[in-house]
Amino acid sequence: MSAPAVTFDPDRQWRLHAQVAVRPEPFGALLYHFGTRKLSFLKNRTIVEVITSLTDHPDARSACRAAGIDETQMTPYLHALGVLVASNMLVPGEG
Amino acid sequence: MTAIAPVPRLVDQFERGLDAPICLTWELTYACNLSCVHCLSSSGKRDPGELTTRQCMDIIDELERMQVFYVNIGGGEPTVRSDFWELVDYATAHHVGVKFSTNGVRITPEVAAKLAASDYVDVQISLDGATADVNDAVRGPGSFAMATRALDNLRAAGFRDAKISVVVTRHNVGQLDEFKALADSYGATLRITRLRPSGRGADVWDELHPTAAQQVELYDWLVAHGEGVLTGDSFFHLSGLGEPGALAGLNLCGAGRVVCLIDPVGDVYACPFAIHDTFLAGNILRDNGFQHVWQNSELFCELREPQSAGACGSCGHYDACRGGCMAAKFFTGLPLDGPDPECVQGYGESALAADRDKPKPSVDHSRSGGRTPKGPVPLTLLSAPPKKFCNESPV
Repeated sequence: MSAPAVTFDPDRQWRLHAQVAVRPEPFGALLYHFGTRKLSFLKNRTIVEVITSLTDHPDARSACRAAGIDETQMTPYLHALGVLVASNMLVPGEG
Repeated sequence: MTAIAPVPRLVDQFERGLDAPICLTWELTYACNLSCVHCLSSSGKRDPGELTTRQCMDIIDELERMQVFYVNIGGGEPTVRSDFWELVDYATAHHVGVKFSTNGVRITPEVAAKLAASDYVDVQISLDGATADVNDAVRGPGSFAMATRALDNLRAAGFRDAKISVVVTRHNVGQLDEFKALADSYGATLRITRLRPSGRGADVWDELHPTAAQQVELYDWLVAHGEGVLTGDSFFHLSGLGEPGALAGLNLCGAGRVVCLIDPVGDVYACPFAIHDTFLAGNILRDNGFQHVWQNSELFCELREPQSAGACGSCGHYDACRGGCMAAKFFTGLPLDGPDPECVQGYGESALAADRDKPKPSVDHSRSGGRTPKGPVPLTLLSAPPKKFCNESPV
């Protein structure tokens, strides 16, 4: 349960923490971190697609683009990813 | 191409129910070494029909398949089940996290060390007074010492972030700062929840529930302490006291929609505060398992329909409190489509003053004779359920 010492950088790769489970829901998904026991809500399906495909892309920005998010819509999604990094749901990827 | 499909607000989604609960309460036994005057499950004696170890494991398997991330285990006193630790280990090995509530009776230094070594178990110690006199008046003689000994053991073992769980009453609402200081001194998190008139709570609610002035005090304290204090989202009936969103958490009744209760014999109720036939959705053993009950029970389907605001329809605060707590209304004998008994607009008080019939309890495992004057009753571990109530000695 180490505190996240990283800040979100959209130009590098991220992945779900190994202790995080994703449960698909009609509204998006529930994320649960077994280590921190924190629950988060992903409030639409696009962000779910981004989260679950992060490791297929070299960086977070490309993962967003691949999910159909163009530059004008990127800000809220990058913000959401930043929030998930801050709560340790996402951690730096290998790539 | 890039448009985000419009989705209803989360609260609206939740009101229509989810395919699986977000979390659920699972009371493992009705047996308890204490006999708290406000016990919401009227616990005391073990029920002869309580689920076996195997049956509990089957339920855990089902919860894993449904991706129920964690269960809040309670009772009774869950740790007096001889298979308690086995079930905790089984659940966490199957990706069902465990948070359990205890009065501390079995949290020895050895148990505390074991708990400290697990990432998947969260412990909640019940305490209803920041001082022994206030606590023991409700929970029984010696119970304050028992709880603080458990907290001492957890701290000494290096267990991080235990929870201290407080039911707010007329007598401890003035101790909120003391509770917070106590929690801080243990490196614990304070969790405060609402007193419900459920179980034996129905008998003491009139004397113990916070007064209208105290509700305001409580609300202000909650807003000031925000996210640092857990509430189980149990104070949404107070949301009308301030700006929308001032109270942290999801403020809605999740009964049968995103939460439920599994009782010791496998009965599924809409919420932990609603152990009554009226809110019984089905039984896991008789009705084809938990998932079937959750997804198909008539009661739950009904609860997921839009609810009538009834007498509250013309109130400007209805959007904030949604009429309050179903169980609180039911057990005080108020209509379900009317104000909460603790309605912040005062509509509850006048409703309580009118003629009403409080429902008779349909499940009661209290030991006869009420509280023993000498303190907690030492329970022996049972390896097999008693054949009948009277075969089980409570001492």
